Amino acid sequence: MIEATGLTKHYGRTVAVDDLSFSAQPGRVTGFLGPNGAGKSTTMRMILGLDAPTRGKVTVNGQDYRSLKQPLRVVGALLDAKWVHPNRSARAHLQWLARSNRLPDRRVDEVLDMVGLTQVAKRRAGGFSLGMSQRLGIAGTLLGDPKVLLFDEPVNGLDPEGILWIRQFMHRLADEGRTVFVSSHLLSEMAQTAQDLVVIGRGKLISQTSTAQFIKDATEDTVRVRSPQLDRLRELLDGRARIAEAAASDGALVVHGVEASFIGELAASNGITLHELSPQLGSLEEAFMQLTKESVEYHAAE
Amino acid sequence: MTLLAVERIKLFSTRSPWWCMLLALGLTIGITAIIAANWDGSPMPVLGAVFTHTFGLYVIMVMAALAVTTEYRFGTIKSTFQAVPDRISPMIAKAVVVVLLSALVGLASSFGSWGLSWLLAEDNSDLALTTANDWRHVAGVGLVFAAGALLALGVGALVRQTAGAVSIILVFALVVESVIAFIPNIGDDIQKWMPFTVASKFIFGDPDASAIPEGAGPPAIGELSPWGSFGYFAAIALAIYIISLVVVKRRDA
Repeated sequence: MIEATGLTKHYGRTVAVDDLSFSAQPGRVTGFLGPNGAGKSTTMRMILGLDAPTRGKVTVNGQDYRSLKQPLRVVGALLDAKWVHPNRSARAHLQWLARSNRLPDRRVDEVLDMVGLTQVAKRRAGGFSLGMSQRLGIAGTLLGDPKVLLFDEPVNGLDPEGILWIRQFMHRLADEGRTVFVSSHLLSEMAQTAQDLVVIGRGKLISQTSTAQFIKDATEDTVRVRSPQLDRLRELLDGRARIAEAAASDGALVVHGVEASFIGELAASNGITLHELSPQLGSLEEAFMQLTKESVEYHAAE
Repeated sequence: MTLLAVERIKLFSTRSPWWCMLLALGLTIGITAIIAANWDGSPMPVLGAVFTHTFGLYVIMVMAALAVTTEYRFGTIKSTFQAVPDRISPMIAKAVVVVLLSALVGLASSFGSWGLSWLLAEDNSDLALTTANDWRHVAGVGLVFAAGALLALGVGALVRQTAGAVSIILVFALVVESVIAFIPNIGDDIQKWMPFTVASKFIFGDPDASAIPEGAGPPAIGELSPWGSFGYFAAIALAIYIISLVVVKRRDA
């Protein structure tokens, strides 16, 4: 369980995070979504007590992170897979982490095994590929068998196999009853990974909702209709839905704001023949960009 | 105790501390060996055997600064603070490990230099450690290395960058303290109170007649007694280290 209330962070005159309140629940993967520069990493650093909030507070399982005695047993976090000394072996890296929270040495071998790095445990971490570094980072988060896990952009730059592995891993962690909080700037990725979404832009909360609800709200229902009695149908729909003439030459109507079933029943009860009645799903990325357009920090010139 | 083990693992699982320790020992003992082998005509004095300790001191200070700055360079300081959020205890554990190690390297380098001089010098009749002053000249190197390492840890934690921290330490010790004497009228008086100048008084100051070459003048400048000089140097190191702790605690990691 992660709870932020009125979380605010200023860097000089820049407001990185602005009065942000949200929560992440146990047993679910919560996506932390926002364009680059929206304040996701800053928020995560504040959750971990690395940066001090200017105002507001954030707690993990009801406690301030800095008051945790052995935090690795409560929260596992991977903010950057490159936070490893390149000349230190993977095993030595996990060893000092484990020792700092009085975790036994055999736990190091267990987590290495979990992420499939046992074979390369003695190699220097600087020579690891991005995917291997990511696995090493995840091994570090699992050391203390924590109930809360944080990942900052964990799939960035990974190949499809790596992305799938991480996605399944997170689902498994959530299924075990843990709180999984994962940031991303890609809605399409989050749509497949997260059950809940916290969406921010320019440091402000845009919405907190379930992923399904967010997608439903964001992608408006659109229905394509073709009929020999199109004019009649248009009259009937007038006032109940917004209608746009399709650009296509076949003279179809594109109807917003009502469901396909409604149009079908309307047509049947008025004896109108339909040649096509097809619901169109909006693109997720389009919807996301629509929502966060106002809050993207730097626009490309148009 | 667990945090001491953590810092020990961190320090010894990378290569640069090993290189720095070898270099510190090699430079001091190696150059002393050359001096000893070429000391003709008069008995070799104790001060001659520890004259090169400053080379080792600079290398050890670089090692200590690196112990902090590489953590910032590679982001492991954030993992450290994530694991131990009070921040102060891991920094103190690091200081204990690095300072103890530096003291050991200091003792190894000075007694190594002295022992090799004993073997190589044509006339070693004055090299015997007979008085408290003789012992201070040699064993004191361990204390100076320890205090120097503490100072370097503080500078490293404040500056956070390897290049910056190392240049500040080396430029200050090798350039600023010498050049400052050229300021008209007050230069000499300022130099007398510069930390590394004072630290060398602890090693070289107030020798017995047998500990310096025949006919040489006072080997070190300064107003304080040798032990007072060490107290002054250690106090400066401790002050900078404590300032760095306060800054590390308050600063965003």
